[in-house]
Amino acid sequence: MHTDRLAGVGVSPGAGYGPAHRLVRDIPEPHRAARHGGDAAAERRRAEQALERVAADLAARGDQAGGEARDVLAAQAMMARDPGLAAGVAELIDQGVSASRAVFDAFGKYRDLLAAAGGYLAGRVADLDDIRDRAVATLEGLPLPGLPADPLEPYVLVARDLAPADTALLDPALVVAFVTEEGGPTTHTAILARSMGVPAVVGCAGATAIPPGTRLLVDGSTGVVRLSPTEDEVARAVRAVAESSALLATVTGPGATADGHAVPLRANVGGPADIAPALAAGAEGVGLYRTEFLFLDREDPPTWEEQQDAYRAVFEAFPGAPVVVRVLDAGADKPLDFLPPPAPEPNPALGERGVRMFRHYPDVLAAQLEALARAAGGTSALVQVMAPMVATAEEAAWFTDACRTAGLPSAGVMIEVPAAALRAADLAAVTGFFSIGTNDLTQYTLAADREAGALAGLQDPWHPAVLDLVALAASAAAAAGRECGVCGEAAADPALACVFVGLGVTSLSMAAPALPRVRAALARHTLDECREAAAAARAADSAEAARAAARVELPALAELSL
Amino acid sequence: MAERKVTVMSEVGLHARPAATFVQTAVQAPFDVTVAKFGVPPVSAKSILSVLALDVRQGETIVISADADGADELLDRLAAIASAP
Repeated sequence: MHTDRLAGVGVSPGAGYGPAHRLVRDIPEPHRAARHGGDAAAERRRAEQALERVAADLAARGDQAGGEARDVLAAQAMMARDPGLAAGVAELIDQGVSASRAVFDAFGKYRDLLAAAGGYLAGRVADLDDIRDRAVATLEGLPLPGLPADPLEPYVLVARDLAPADTALLDPALVVAFVTEEGGPTTHTAILARSMGVPAVVGCAGATAIPPGTRLLVDGSTGVVRLSPTEDEVARAVRAVAESSALLATVTGPGATADGHAVPLRANVGGPADIAPALAAGAEGVGLYRTEFLFLDREDPPTWEEQQDAYRAVFEAFPGAPVVVRVLDAGADKPLDFLPPPAPEPNPALGERGVRMFRHYPDVLAAQLEALARAAGGTSALVQVMAPMVATAEEAAWFTDACRTAGLPSAGVMIEVPAAALRAADLAAVTGFFSIGTNDLTQYTLAADREAGALAGLQDPWHPAVLDLVALAASAAAAAGRECGVCGEAAADPALACVFVGLGVTSLSMAAPALPRVRAALARHTLDECREAAAAARAADSAEAARAAARVELPALAELSL
Repeated sequence: MAERKVTVMSEVGLHARPAATFVQTAVQAPFDVTVAKFGVPPVSAKSILSVLALDVRQGETIVISADADGADELLDRLAAIASAP
């Protein structure tokens, strides 16, 4: 590669510097006719060593992770050490087949058996493929699929795109930046990066061709990725980041505009582990508690007993403050084994997800609400519960009823579907509060799949059509005397946060690392300035024009280098 | 030839954790151990992949066999694992 810089879209501000690690998901199938040189005994030894290395690596990672992951990974290590598999590999190698093809074919036999059995066993096929790919990669000298198990230093993670499964085991202390070839501002990568406070550049053409180990300087604001930068450049970038965070740290206290209009700033949390960063960043409660983590990687839904400790831990951390819990948002990009959609879905994002899934599985909702009600009982947190993916007033009323039955007085809905925003007045009549999920609202308004990198240009919450819907929801809420917050990651954009306040949004919730920037941006502008920025943005005819027009009305952003 | 005929009681069948425990116990034996389901040829009880592929569900009966001195004690342990609820 001859280029020394690549450009993409900066989606999580800050600078990160480290060696590139390329995340690989697919290992190419070894050639069908691949033969070894003739020394079968040596080739068998190579295969045995590769399988043992994979097994040892899986077992070691399990020990490191502990808990449930240890059992899962130990079982996978057993598969790599399977004597039946080893016999199959040896037999093929004795016939002249190369080690990697022999491994591939020997796994293939079991793969077919498991897939044919269906149910639980078919679900293990992915595990088997992962073990096979690791062994083949080891034999062929390719980078291992997945994250580096034991990196020597923090690295820049480079990938085509990141899926939740790729990042579940990610150690935030080891990743200094993300760079992806595909994706837009609302993809999983962008959300993850902002919630971790790690700089990220997405939609970066040429990223996957960066040679592994190349030192990268990633600017998550401008979207520029420098390959093998000079020491001087790195030092300057580090200094700029330090100066900007020192400036932001001078603004503290509850969120408010320069003229004293209060805008509570809350944190988005995904589990008890996010409590400490939220408190450290001065969060005034929790605006979005994602509860999916309790439900992932399980064969059965958790009981209310299993859930309530995780809820109580967060409630107790915010005495007297609002904690808004989103009930399980399953389906679409977050499928769960025990909540299969009732029919095959050609387009899961428009299928059974969020509150729609609960209509089929009311027991799962009842157990979650029971757990929330019990956990809320012993604490002074102001527990509010909201449903995702609500499209109609009828769904909103159904959810309000379910919450009331469970003894949870404050039930609300997320505004993510354009229909809900357009008819917000109907919804406000039957629900307690709104929280706007800007990622999905943008996806559904522009009809642009969040995970489709090529559509990144459309996945922009600055689009005036999205701003119009936010304005509709906020004014309907105000007319009914209801709160209307924004808990989508768009609230983490300091300029857009000011625009939302100008549109009538009453609170903002975001990943904890974004709170200082938004707090500083609000503190430097009056409510009137925010309103003018909002009006200017809505008067524009494109996302870019809206962004530019709003910034003209928000002069202090530049002083804060935001 | 010593053998044990047991009905698998675990809700998940001889899959997941029960299968792992079963195989981990079998591999400790210095002799061959097989497991068979009615109508299906026996497979090595030391092979997790073969045991999983047998697809033994709750309520199904399996036969665990070994032909060696001192096999009884191991077969009893395997039978206990397979029949545990």
